[in-house]
Amino acid sequence: MVENRPVLDFICHLILIAGVVVVIFPVYLAVIASTHGPYDFMSGLVPLLPGSQAVENYSVMLGTGISSSGTPPVWPMLLNSLVMALGVAIGKIVISILSAFAIVYFRFPFRSLAFWLIFITLMLPVEVRILPTYKVVADLGMLNSYPGLIIPIIASATATFLFRQFFLTIPDELLEAARIDSAGPLRFFWDILLPLSRTNIAALFVILFVLGWNQYLWPLLVTTDPGYYTVVMGIKRMATVAESFPQWNLVMAAVVLALLPPVIVVIAMQRFFVKGLVETEK
Amino acid sequence: MQSKRTVFPHRVLPYLLLLPQMAITVVFFLWPAGETAWSSVLREDPFGLKSSFVWFENYVRLARDPNYLGSFGTTAIFAASTAVVSIGVALILALAVDRTIRSASIYTTLIVWPYAVAPAVAGVLWWFMFNPTIGILTYLIRGTGYDWNHLLHSTDAMILVVLAASWKQVSYNFLFFVAGLQSIPMSLKEAAAIDGAGPLKRFWTIVFPLLSPTTFFLLVVNVVYAMFDTFGIIDATTAGGPGGATNILVYKVYQDGFVGLNLGSSAAQSVILMVIVIALTVVQFRYIERKVEY
Repeated sequence: MVENRPVLDFICHLILIAGVVVVIFPVYLAVIASTHGPYDFMSGLVPLLPGSQAVENYSVMLGTGISSSGTPPVWPMLLNSLVMALGVAIGKIVISILSAFAIVYFRFPFRSLAFWLIFITLMLPVEVRILPTYKVVADLGMLNSYPGLIIPIIASATATFLFRQFFLTIPDELLEAARIDSAGPLRFFWDILLPLSRTNIAALFVILFVLGWNQYLWPLLVTTDPGYYTVVMGIKRMATVAESFPQWNLVMAAVVLALLPPVIVVIAMQRFFVKGLVETEK
Repeated sequence: MQSKRTVFPHRVLPYLLLLPQMAITVVFFLWPAGETAWSSVLREDPFGLKSSFVWFENYVRLARDPNYLGSFGTTAIFAASTAVVSIGVALILALAVDRTIRSASIYTTLIVWPYAVAPAVAGVLWWFMFNPTIGILTYLIRGTGYDWNHLLHSTDAMILVVLAASWKQVSYNFLFFVAGLQSIPMSLKEAAAIDGAGPLKRFWTIVFPLLSPTTFFLLVVNVVYAMFDTFGIIDATTAGGPGGATNILVYKVYQDGFVGLNLGSSAAQSVILMVIVIALTVVQFRYIERKVEY
């Protein structure tokens, strides 16, 4: 602190409290709405204090779902989202740590080409190549399956760059010592690189788990079987139906259930999350 | 390209290590991208029975299509507003947090978590608040005499998607500004304070110039975010409406290609988007290279 200015400090706290309120309010409203009965919205205004229907609403959503929306109960959708988020996070980490290892610790023909091919994936977000990617997945018979949900979005230039950057900072002496002790590349990778990369892996995991959980367009395209719906895309369908049949309490219960897991991961692993975000820079 | 002084002498192993990444890149990235480029110069009849090579006709049509040009303008307004709102709010919050000492980490935790909320879910949350019949904010706005209805008024719809997109992005910008503020040497601010510069003067002459690399980086990232990662927000709130008022480029590719099945035009739009992503990536990486030199 440069100087003591109580008035300025007071204003800062005021600004921060206002910011926190704006950030929290939309979710607060959703939580409140999810505790009310279906008729509490008829008055034309959303209630601002909790109601008494919380247990009923959440058990309905988890167990049976909204029958009119054509979506399954939330519970299986949450499981699908979990499979997809874990698959995307772990898959991306595995394939990018392997390719970063190859690029940094070996010299071989076409090394630069490989690096640039990985770089290109940064420039081709799913949203841009929707139709042909869908066609490839359909031709491979991967529609309505977990591999179809996970594998096409698993290549990651940013994760590869992060590991490459980190490997370059590891002292060469470690490799020399390992080679003197006659450790092969795989042993070096497993016993030295992997333990050293633990924090980086944890940081990436938080970012990629959130990324995988929040996928929307891709599951929307490749799943037509409700058994493979993820919760984020399921909510959109429920919300569309809710416009004609006001079941806001149930839709908002699903919204709360859908945003809770990634938010918990981010808050519980905040230190890694901040590190991962600031270092991957994308 | 950098590598280690000593390396492993294996010949086959590096290719095996690269294989998974390469296979996925070729099958799900390069092949579809090539396919897109190819079908952008074809014209397919509505039944998909035959297609003919038409050179750049799809692009020429797009250049003359008022809907497409309108979508460009919409995207520009949306991306610029989202970037300005989320960067501005994040900067103010970061400056405020930088002045607090004991409570900084609590505020940070309370501000950063919306990063974890899915764009589509953020869209549903804001849509609920602005819902024309039961929305709380709609109720408050109507109390002031303005008839809010994002299903009818295009300005209202744009404000809604900008607010939802910014709400989600503030946390990201906030973290970068906090990191940037912490890296400014205290001695600079103290020296200025001794010379009699007040907080506002110090901000404009010292803090803001030193934050400008961060701000520029965030500007690029936020534009990329608004252009490509907000599909879920648009789809959950306005679905591009009313009358195309929030139909950003990415959403239009999806609508024309997947819903409207106008394959040639959708492919041409995809190619244009790829060119934009490449340009933005180049800008971003040139900047990062410069930052490394500092």
